Amino acid sequence: MDISSVIASKLTQQLINAYQRGFPLCSRPFLQLANEFNTTEQTVIDCLNQLKQTGILSRLGPVFDHKRAGSSTLAAISVKENKIDEIANLVNEFEQVNHNYAREHKYNLWFVVTGANRIAVYQTIKEIEQATQHEVLVLPMEKSYYIDLSFDVSFNQHQKAS
Amino acid sequence: MTFPLNKSHIKNSINKLQQEMLFAEIEQGLPLVSEPYFAIAQQISTPSDPVTEQQVINTIDAWQQQGLIRRFGLVVRHRKLGYNANAMVVWNIDSAKVDLIAQQLSQEPIVTLCYRRPRVLPHWPYNLFCMIHGKNREQVLAQLEDICKKYDLSHIDKNVLFSTIAYKQQGARYAVTSSHNNEQEN
Repeated sequence: MDISSVIASKLTQQLINAYQRGFPLCSRPFLQLANEFNTTEQTVIDCLNQLKQTGILSRLGPVFDHKRAGSSTLAAISVKENKIDEIANLVNEFEQVNHNYAREHKYNLWFVVTGANRIAVYQTIKEIEQATQHEVLVLPMEKSYYIDLSFDVSFNQHQKAS
Repeated sequence: MTFPLNKSHIKNSINKLQQEMLFAEIEQGLPLVSEPYFAIAQQISTPSDPVTEQQVINTIDAWQQQGLIRRFGLVVRHRKLGYNANAMVVWNIDSAKVDLIAQQLSQEPIVTLCYRRPRVLPHWPYNLFCMIHGKNREQVLAQLEDICKKYDLSHIDKNVLFSTIAYKQQGARYAVTSSHNNEQEN
């Protein structure tokens, strides 16, 4: 099943728009969703499996409050353009890294390091510096003003999948 | 890892080790089966400490109410849905004004995250970060300009770092303690 037909499915859109938060905590949550969207439990499960297979769905589960669940920090490396894939792959090998993006700046590789506590996070940063032979810019959060990682997805335009 | 939960908070609560196991299970995502909480209960049960589906549900519910879980549901990769422009906008704002401006930026629906972080001089002068997601670069830049006009921020030193490649985008893995664990989520 290709990604554009998965995105075009009405059930996909309903699930994404209604359940980025507040997923039911009951014995058969997919049945509850199925009843709401007038379909069957198996159809909902199949739809979520397709979303997972196409990579649209990262997971169905919690987004933890970083501060309370453990420790994390934003970090960046300045890498020569022709080395960025290589360095990015080295950073990716650390399971404690959960986001890793190339961005347009002198600091061109940006990633988030998580850990059970601050010491663990800084230990990982040290290991990343050793593995990549690059100095890491460490930018821990000092204050959070706002976070809402769910957002309204508008499906009414032509969707170009990346 | 510190869990805010102790036994007095919920009825029939599960023990601390099993809470940690539950945390580790759900951060990988619920299994896509008819009774996912029952499946998890079986995963974390031991002969001496059986865990029921209802205890799993109660514990997740309590974590949500306490704010340890910020939201619970589908975690999607927005790029796959055509949201290809992901801009990290960084600002160098006078410390006396940063709280006010951060609160203004947070009002804007397209701003999905707004954090203050330390400057690291001389390399990094910016102390406020916000994320803006859009379908393309032009849309994001136009919306950012509107915001700057609205709050009179155009004179403030800022930089827009669009992402060009997503090498990794997955849920946080707080349960991991060793870097030599090769378990992969995706």
